[in-house]
Amino acid sequence: MTAADNGAAGFDSSAAYQLHRQAELRDEAFGALAYHFGTRRLSFLKAPILVEVVRALGASISVDEAVERCAVPESQRTAILQALAGLAGSQMIERRVTESRVTRPRAWSEPAEGVSL
Amino acid sequence: MTVLANRPTKLVDHFALGLNAPICLTWELTYACNLACVHCLSSSGRRDPHELSTAECKAVVDELERMQVFYVNIGGGEPTVRPDFWELLDYAIDHHVGVKFSTNGVKLDTVAARRLGATDYVDVQISVDGASADVNDAVRGGGSFGTAIRAMENLAAAGVTGFKISVVVTRHNAGQLDEFKRLADRYGAQLRLTRLRPSGRGADVWADLHPTALQQRELYQWLVAHGEQVLTGDSFFHLSGLGDPLPGLNLCGAGRVVCLIDPIGDVYACPFAIHEQFLAGNVRSPGGFPSVWRDSELFASLRKPDSGGTCSSCSMFDACRGGCMAAKFFTGLPLDGPDPECVQGYGEAGLAASEASARPVPTGDHSHRGPVRGQPAGAVPVALLTRRPDRACDENPLAGTPLSS
Repeated sequence: MTAADNGAAGFDSSAAYQLHRQAELRDEAFGALAYHFGTRRLSFLKAPILVEVVRALGASISVDEAVERCAVPESQRTAILQALAGLAGSQMIERRVTESRVTRPRAWSEPAEGVSL
Repeated sequence: MTVLANRPTKLVDHFALGLNAPICLTWELTYACNLACVHCLSSSGRRDPHELSTAECKAVVDELERMQVFYVNIGGGEPTVRPDFWELLDYAIDHHVGVKFSTNGVKLDTVAARRLGATDYVDVQISVDGASADVNDAVRGGGSFGTAIRAMENLAAAGVTGFKISVVVTRHNAGQLDEFKRLADRYGAQLRLTRLRPSGRGADVWADLHPTALQQRELYQWLVAHGEQVLTGDSFFHLSGLGDPLPGLNLCGAGRVVCLIDPIGDVYACPFAIHEQFLAGNVRSPGGFPSVWRDSELFASLRKPDSGGTCSSCSMFDACRGGCMAAKFFTGLPLDGPDPECVQGYGEAGLAASEASARPVPTGDHSHRGPVRGQPAGAVPVALLTRRPDRACDENPLAGTPLSS
């Protein structure tokens, strides 16, 4: 089992998350492109509402609150939460902890999943 | 509804319209190179006098940062021979542009290796085109295998693992895939295999060096067996007609997700398409790189939906999408027809009918004109005799004259 699997399996929507400190989002017509500078992984967020939720995570006390705040339609909640779990699995988003210590892991390896070019 | 796509085939429709910035930008910093590889995609050798200055390169990095180009693939030529290479590397990283650079290893001594070991957000790719000195040096020049191995040893000794060993698959090394993998494993490195294109000097040797149909099938099976352990730069999507798609985007990204900035700032649709037909603009023009990326007429045309031409009636079209634009172009095949290495065999008739004299000649030739230490036999003279000079002032009364020794 990889670290990525652990992230997805341990995803808890009642906890506080944020965009990973080594990740950035770039808006695109289809939504956004996410890039993790540590894992060199690219992910494609193909729904603007998902991008909105990811951006709202850092200022919300929980994932659920961010979903609420962005007024995600009920019909899309499950898909959005699954997508967020996937993003946690690929370390694009991470648990937010109060006494966060910024580490810059070496992480030379290419993405284990997603797109590696 | 799929809101998070990790399955690349779903993204093709989005990419058809182009992105706000490239995903995969190659930036060749110099045409200067200590080697004279027979298949060099950029016909490198001599530095171009109009190369971008340090300040101009930094201005490009500033633009890439603003566009959120997350990383660049730096190459050449041999990028590390630029005296400001390390300065530009640091500048890019400080400005949130990650760097993956390709090198033959000539400058990766113990000091450089330690420096890389202490730097985040830099990936190193060492090029070898044979898993043994004889196979490698026949293509890249005498001593080049030893140079590459020494660089790998220096990196490993400095604690740098996960660097890439980058191989262009040829008819002569296609049987060495397991050996390449072992070489990578020995240094804790990752193997990257890419496709030989008939670009640059590669046009002169492609017919002799490109893998046979049987080798292509074996390569495909090998890549499937190794999955994401082995990187491919998305370059073998023309093999997808053999079965399941390989990991990657599996599309021609030219002008859509990919482009090239060459050493003099010219922007081409793809690193393998250095020809005026694929020249989109120059970073020195008003508006710089962002304007070229967003406004170039060439890129606009590449971002239009692709009809597929004669390939659209093929059952495999959705898998390979007609293959590589540059491979077709430089072998004289129509861009809306099959790839010369089409796995269905549809490229072969076109290739047989294509007149060598009618094939496009790459724009600009920076090949060495004199002998290069250890150069592969025959490579440079062929280039000298078949190429027109890239500018009038490069014409020399002795150009093309066999050098008597």
